[in-house]
Amino acid sequence: MKHLIDILDLSVGEIDELIELAESIIAHPENYRESCKYKKLATLFFEPSTRTRLSFEAAMLELGGSVLGFSEAQSSSASKGESVSDTVAVVSGYADIIAMRHPKEGAPLVASMHASVPVINAGDGGHNHPTQTLTDLLTIKREKGHFDHLTIGLCGDLKFGRTVHSLIAAMSRYADVRFYLISPEELKLPSYVKTAYIKDKKIPYIQTTSLESCISELDVLYMTRVQRERFFNEEDYIRLKDYFILTPEKMTLAKEDLCVMHPLPRVNEISTAVDSDPRACYFKQARYGKFIRMALILKLLEANA
Amino acid sequence: MNIDSIHNGIVIDHIDAGRAMQIYSLLHLERLDCPVAIIKNASSSKMGRKDIIKIDADYNVNLDVLGYISPNSTVNIIKNGVRVEKKHIQLPERLVDIVLCKNPRCITTTEQEIHHIFKLTDPEKRIYRCIYCDTKAPEL
Ligand SMILES: [Zn+2]
Repeated sequence: MKHLIDILDLSVGEIDELIELAESIIAHPENYRESCKYKKLATLFFEPSTRTRLSFEAAMLELGGSVLGFSEAQSSSASKGESVSDTVAVVSGYADIIAMRHPKEGAPLVASMHASVPVINAGDGGHNHPTQTLTDLLTIKREKGHFDHLTIGLCGDLKFGRTVHSLIAAMSRYADVRFYLISPEELKLPSYVKTAYIKDKKIPYIQTTSLESCISELDVLYMTRVQRERFFNEEDYIRLKDYFILTPEKMTLAKEDLCVMHPLPRVNEISTAVDSDPRACYFKQARYGKFIRMALILKLLEANA
Repeated sequence: MNIDSIHNGIVIDHIDAGRAMQIYSLLHLERLDCPVAIIKNASSSKMGRKDIIKIDADYNVNLDVLGYISPNSTVNIIKNGVRVEKKHIQLPERLVDIVLCKNPRCITTTEQEIHHIFKLTDPEKRIYRCIYCDTKAPEL
């Protein structure tokens, strides 16, 4: 593994190794405090994403390394028309590893072709966001203990939610997994995703518009935002959004050990009254995001030492 | 140029009927100075109808273009009026700088001097996808 651009670039074995390392960091953080001493991470954020950038920076700092970078194109050379390839060729001379976020799909792949140091895709438009998927996987592993034999509900915007597509792709590689696809008609999972990762792999799934009707079956519930702008008119939005809001009443129907996840930020799809429920894992999930990024930075620097 | 026989050059035969003009344009044959003949809807015992392109000059044809547009076509190299080589075409694994990605959000639309690369992802359905953004290659 030289770079991380797409979650599917990683084999199941490589994902297992990263998760194992992240769990070892969680168990013994003191052992890793100086692992990246004198190493620098460059966060090249051509569009702002404070949450993701802070997670990367916290990860590098906890490994004893330091960080540099920019967080919007206006403040960078990109506003002067410098190409992605030139930017990373220059930054390769300053940093040991790069995390890049960019509004154009494929920009981190271009970067990886021109950088002499490892490049991590920190999100390229609505295309790929592999460290979010690794975060989701670590959360499932920590909360459920395993990836196989799980019933996973994905709820909300399954059409445009790329993190959902990647999570389905990643989970479809494990045994005896089943999916509940819970969304309004307008925001159903695209058929190419369903074909490639569910139907072709003969994975059992149920498509439904009601969270209430299936929540009792689920081991994991992955919530996503249903955005107003995805609907043609306000009425449809108002009519539908409540079906996909998680409330304490719906939680009473769920299993005792359900794990509720959300990539954050949330708007109103999870009522804040659910936050105090021990099954609400989304803030823990954000914390796991830092640990998996620590593991990833370590692996990439190790592999390229 | 006698379209039945060329002396030194190539004959692209067994092109799927109707595809010759696409090949002509993707190979940029308009840039050639030598005689070029396009024969549309020639009768073929094997295919019913086929297209043929004849180029009356020593020309190094990009086989990937043929494989992409019409994988059953054949290339005959003619030297001194005799066929010296017959090449069968295969479905190319990658298309490099043959077609452009149509996705406006793709990095290829803004980054200069980048190779436009598509990868064969479904040989059966002949589907190619952009390596940068996974968008399907434009419909033929
Ligand atoms: Zn593209």
